[in-house]
Amino acid sequence: MNIKLEIAKQEPLWNTNKNIVRFIFFIVIFLFLLPYFNTNSFYLHLMITIFMYAAMSQSWNVVAGMSGQISLGHGAFFGLGAYSSTFLYMEYGVTPWVGIIVGIFLSSIVAILIGLSVLRLSGHYFAIATLLIGISFQVFFQRWDLVGAASGLWVPLTETDSWYAIQFHTSKIPYYYIFLIFFILTFFLTWLLDRSKVGFRFRAVRDDPQAAASLGISVSKYKIIAYAISAMIMAPMGSLFAQYILIIDPDRVFSFDISIFVLLLTVLGGVGNVWGPLIGTIILIPITEYSRIWFGGTGGAIDLMIYGVILMLICVFRPEGLISMLPSKFLEREKKR
Amino acid sequence: MTIEIILQAVASGLMMGLIYALIAAGLSLIFGLMDIVNFAHGEHLMLSMFSSFWLWSLFDLDPIFSIPITILLMALCGVATHYFLIKHILKAKMLVQICATFGLSIFIRSFAQFLWTPDFQNIKEPLLEGRIEISGIFIGQPQFYASIVCLVSFFLLYLFVTRTETGLALQATAQDRKAAEILGIPSDRMFALGWAIGLSCVAVAGGMMSNYFFIFPDVGLNFALFAFVAVALGGFGSIIGCLYAGIIIGLTESLGGLLIDPSYKLLYVFAIYLLVVIYRPQGLFGRY
Repeated sequence: MNIKLEIAKQEPLWNTNKNIVRFIFFIVIFLFLLPYFNTNSFYLHLMITIFMYAAMSQSWNVVAGMSGQISLGHGAFFGLGAYSSTFLYMEYGVTPWVGIIVGIFLSSIVAILIGLSVLRLSGHYFAIATLLIGISFQVFFQRWDLVGAASGLWVPLTETDSWYAIQFHTSKIPYYYIFLIFFILTFFLTWLLDRSKVGFRFRAVRDDPQAAASLGISVSKYKIIAYAISAMIMAPMGSLFAQYILIIDPDRVFSFDISIFVLLLTVLGGVGNVWGPLIGTIILIPITEYSRIWFGGTGGAIDLMIYGVILMLICVFRPEGLISMLPSKFLEREKKR
Repeated sequence: MTIEIILQAVASGLMMGLIYALIAAGLSLIFGLMDIVNFAHGEHLMLSMFSSFWLWSLFDLDPIFSIPITILLMALCGVATHYFLIKHILKAKMLVQICATFGLSIFIRSFAQFLWTPDFQNIKEPLLEGRIEISGIFIGQPQFYASIVCLVSFFLLYLFVTRTETGLALQATAQDRKAAEILGIPSDRMFALGWAIGLSCVAVAGGMMSNYFFIFPDVGLNFALFAFVAVALGGFGSIIGCLYAGIIIGLTESLGGLLIDPSYKLLYVFAIYLLVVIYRPQGLFGRY
C-alpha cells in the first residue's frame, strides 16, 4: 500500500491516462457550451437530472465503494439539505447559498452522530441500521409541525429571476450552470480524495479492517470520516433540488426511493470507481425520463421493475459494474516511460 | 386510562407479536443458514397475501383452506429464488449480496404494482369474523386465530429444526458449510430447503393475515423492517430468540402507541434495534 501511495504522491495530479484527461476536458467544454446550441428545456432538464443524480450516487460511492459500508438511508442527508436551505430562506430570508453551507454542516454533524452510534456495526447490521434511520427521518419530518409536517414547505416565489434566492422562472439555463458546477466540483473532489492518503486508508479499511488497524489506521475514525464526507456531498444536492422544484415534502426528499436509486446507479456503473456512478447515471437517467414520457404517470412501476431486474442481473453477471466491461488500459494510469 | 385499555393493548400487541415472530423466524433461518439477509422478505409476505386474495377471488377459497396452497407456492418461490439468484451470489461480496436481494424486492414490489395496481384489496366475508369478549377485553377472531396458528407453526418449525435429521443437517450447514459437505450433507440442497422453509413461514403469516389486513403491494415493508429488528434482537440465527423478540416488538408497538404517541410507533421499534445492536450486538439469545 505504501509503495502505491508513494507513486500516487509523486505523480502530478493530471497524470491519469492522457487520453482520458483530454477527453474529459473536451466533455467539460462541451457541457459549458451546450446551452448555446440547445435551449430546449427538456434536454436541459435531462442534463440537470443527470448532474444531480451523478453527484448523489458519487456520494453513495464514497461511503459504500471506498470505505465499504453499505448505507441504505442516504435519502436522510438529501432531505436535511433540502429542508435546511428552504427553512432558513422561508423563516429568516437567508439566501439559499448560505442555506447550502448550513445544510452541509448539519448533515455532516448528523452523519458523525449516526456514525458514532452505529460504529460498532458492520455488514448487514449497518445496512439495516441505516435503512431504519433513513425511514425514521421521514416519519419524523412527516410529523414535525414547524417544518410543515406532511404537507411540506413551499418556497416563496420571487417576482423576478434572482441569484440571491436561486430562483429562475424564465429559463433553466442558470440552473443548468449551477448544477454543472456542483457536479464537476463533486467529481473533481472525489477524484482527489480517491488518490489521497485518506482515500487509500478508506480502501484499506474496506478491504481488511484488521490489517488496517494493525497498521495504525483507526478503522472507526475513517469509517465516520467517509460517512461524513458522503453526507456533505449529498446535502447540497438536496438544497439545489429544493430550489429547482421549489416545493419539498418529506415523502419526496426523504424518500426511500432516493436511497435505492443512488445505490442502483452506483452498482450499475461500478462500485468503488470514481467514474462508476457517472456511467450508471448516463445510462439509467435518460431511460427513466423517457419512460416517464412514454408511459405517463403509470410509468413508475414499469421502470422500477426494470431497475430491479437490472440490479439482479448486474449482481449475478457483472458484480464489478459496467465499468469493468471497458478495456483495462482505459482504467489504468499511463505507464511511466 | 383504565386497566382494561392497557390490557387491550397488551393483548393486541401479543397477537401482532406472534405474527412478527413467525415472519422473523423465516428471515432468521435464511440469515443463519447462508449469511444472506433476504431484503425481499416483506415482498414475499406481500406475495403470499396476494396469493390468498386471488385464491379467494378466483376460486372462492377461504384463506384458511388456501393456506396449504399458499405454502406450496411460496416454497416453490423460495426454491426458485435460490436456484436463479442466490446460488450465483453465494461467494460474492456482501455488497453484491445485499444489492441482489434488494433488487429482487424492488422487482417483486413493482411487478405486483404493475399487475394488480396499488389499490387496497381485502377479502370480504371470510370464515373468521367478529370478535370475542374476555372479561372486558375485545379480541378480533381473525387476529386471535392468526396468532394461534403462527404460534403453532413456530413450534412445528422449532421441532423440525431441532428434532429431525433434516433439521439437524440444516443446523450443521449453518455452522460449518464445508464440514457438513464432507459429512455428506449437500449444502446446495440444504440452502434450497432453507429458502423453502423460510418462505413457508411467511406464507403462513401472510395467509392468516389476509383475513383481516388490507392487501396492497407495499404492505410488506413495515413487516420486513420489524423482522429485521426481531432478528437482531433475538440474536443471529437463533430461532427461539425470534419468538421473544417478536413479542417484545409487538408489545412495544402497541404500548408505546397507547402510552406515548401512536404516530411514532415505528420509531419506538427502531430505537429498540439501535439500542440492541449498540449495547448487545449478539442479541438477547445470540450465540456469538
